[in-house]
Amino acid sequence: MSTHTEPVGPSRPTPPTPPPQDPGGPARRRSGSSLGRLGPLPWIGPAVALIVLVVLWPVYEMARTSFLNISVSGFVRGSAGLDQYRQLFADPDLGSVVVATVVWTAAVVGCTMLVSLALAQLFHQRFPGRRVTRWALIAPWAASVLMTAVGFRWMLDRTAGVLNTLMVDLGLVDGPRDWLGDPATAWPWLMFVAVFVSLPFTTYTLLAGLQTVPDEVYEAARVDGAGPWRTYRLITLPLLRPAALVGIVINLINVFNSFPVIWAMTRGGPDSQTATTTVFMYQLKSDDIGQSAAMSVVNFALVVVMVLVFLRVSRWNKEGA
Amino acid sequence: MMSAPTTTTPGRRPAAARPEPATARRPAGRRPAAGNRPAPRTVVFAVLAWLLAIVFLLPYVEMVITALRPAGELRDATYLPGQFVWSNFVEVWRDSNLGHNLRVSLLVAGGSTLLVLLVALPAAYYTARMRFRGRTLFLLLVLVTQMFQPTSLLVGLYRQFYQLDMLNSVWTLILCNAAFNLAFAVWILTAYISSVPVQLEEAAMIDGLGRFGAMFRVTLPLAMPGVVTAVIFTFIAAWNEFVMGLTLSTVPESQPLTVGINSFIGNYSVQWNYLFAASVIAIVPVVVLFAFIERHVVSGLTAGSVK
Repeated sequence: MSTHTEPVGPSRPTPPTPPPQDPGGPARRRSGSSLGRLGPLPWIGPAVALIVLVVLWPVYEMARTSFLNISVSGFVRGSAGLDQYRQLFADPDLGSVVVATVVWTAAVVGCTMLVSLALAQLFHQRFPGRRVTRWALIAPWAASVLMTAVGFRWMLDRTAGVLNTLMVDLGLVDGPRDWLGDPATAWPWLMFVAVFVSLPFTTYTLLAGLQTVPDEVYEAARVDGAGPWRTYRLITLPLLRPAALVGIVINLINVFNSFPVIWAMTRGGPDSQTATTTVFMYQLKSDDIGQSAAMSVVNFALVVVMVLVFLRVSRWNKEGA
Repeated sequence: MMSAPTTTTPGRRPAAARPEPATARRPAGRRPAAGNRPAPRTVVFAVLAWLLAIVFLLPYVEMVITALRPAGELRDATYLPGQFVWSNFVEVWRDSNLGHNLRVSLLVAGGSTLLVLLVALPAAYYTARMRFRGRTLFLLLVLVTQMFQPTSLLVGLYRQFYQLDMLNSVWTLILCNAAFNLAFAVWILTAYISSVPVQLEEAAMIDGLGRFGAMFRVTLPLAMPGVVTAVIFTFIAAWNEFVMGLTLSTVPESQPLTVGINSFIGNYSVQWNYLFAASVIAIVPVVVLFAFIERHVVSGLTAGSVK
């Protein structure tokens, strides 16, 4: 468990990048003409320093905490060994939470990518008002995930929610419902909101990718007599691959770790029935910090596995000649 | 293990394809399918896009409507309130710390965006252009960083900055937001920079620009969409960041907007109208930023294709 905590960074062979522990400063001692001799240090040193200081150090603290016995008020009572993990794995909710997390991630990322591909294609076209409508597209992003989720919680309110009112008026439901109170209806809404807030970033990533495809390539395809679908499949999609990969990987990580959507709308409840591993971790936090830390470590292991599996499946480093 | 993020080895397709036809083919600057005649498909696209835009905005319209509802009408199942109470905005601004929160959020978002660019650009440039020992390890480190989210590190972060006595500081939030957004910036910038053909840069260096001249005058302008993407992503992520602000800033004066807004939940049950009035205020700067920067996306792109 503890292997992926601290040693990832500087202690392993990064010959030209000796651990620049201090932030900012020391990396750029001499630059200019001697750049070549200094190697990568002045270039990537600051980045490594920032990562070590703010990301890896807390990881280490976190992993350490998972082996400690800490009271609710924060006093360290001594080492707990593997007890936290033993207790965690004995928790009857853990299994269903993990399954829910995998389904949640796959469904949300899948829908997000499909819808974003279509949206990017549409907003790449030229039409009157393209700029204004593109702005509208970033609304969920600009308004923040938290606010959007709170907004949907309000709109799904049992008595005054506008979505309930609308669905009743349209005859879709008989009467206002407590959508978020029942896991069976809460999950689809949570996923809907998660897709909704993931669309702006994904669509913009794909739009940026589309913009690197020169118009002349399409022209050449047209001259060669390729239809729109063929052009899309044989030219656009392969050229979009880098952008799509970025989009999928970032979304996998974000959606897996997605906290505000579920926290703002259901708090993972009732009980842990709408919790993903991250929310579950937060629920544990109020009872037992050590166990919550253990859950974080498990959580991280799951993300790593998920991303590695995806990279493997997508044949990440083969550029697909 | 894995070599580089997206597009790696210099001179693969998207890049190589760009400048070549631009010079080789005749209708260089002109875009096909543009023109002034409104083709039927253009109309369809426009209608679709406008409909979608409205759908995307409706939830926020509802938030604005709620922000204007009188407290007495909050529980009514009506689409519009009987009257709009604009004083909700005034009251929420007067009776809360939103001014402080706004300042903190602007400093944190602006500061961390700047820091990310300062740190990520050189790293991305070097990684895209050079093969060096530890390159794979560096990219792996970046990827691993991306997998960590502040949410899952809260306990560790709090304990660390508590030990450093850096709680309630804007600098802490700047550092943290920069660090957690660095991975994406390095990643996207590496992809864009390596999609600029090395030959262009070499040509510029032969013409006497030097490495830095080539970097700033040739490569960066061509990679501009990537830079803009990184800026937008970092700024908005920092602007919307919630959990770190909540954990690392404990006094209202040093809390960012998201945390300030969140305090409307719970203080007195949920004051939905004030909650959304504060949210609307919080959205404005991001919308302004995007409206401003979208221009640069467009101009950066056209500048790139002319070159």
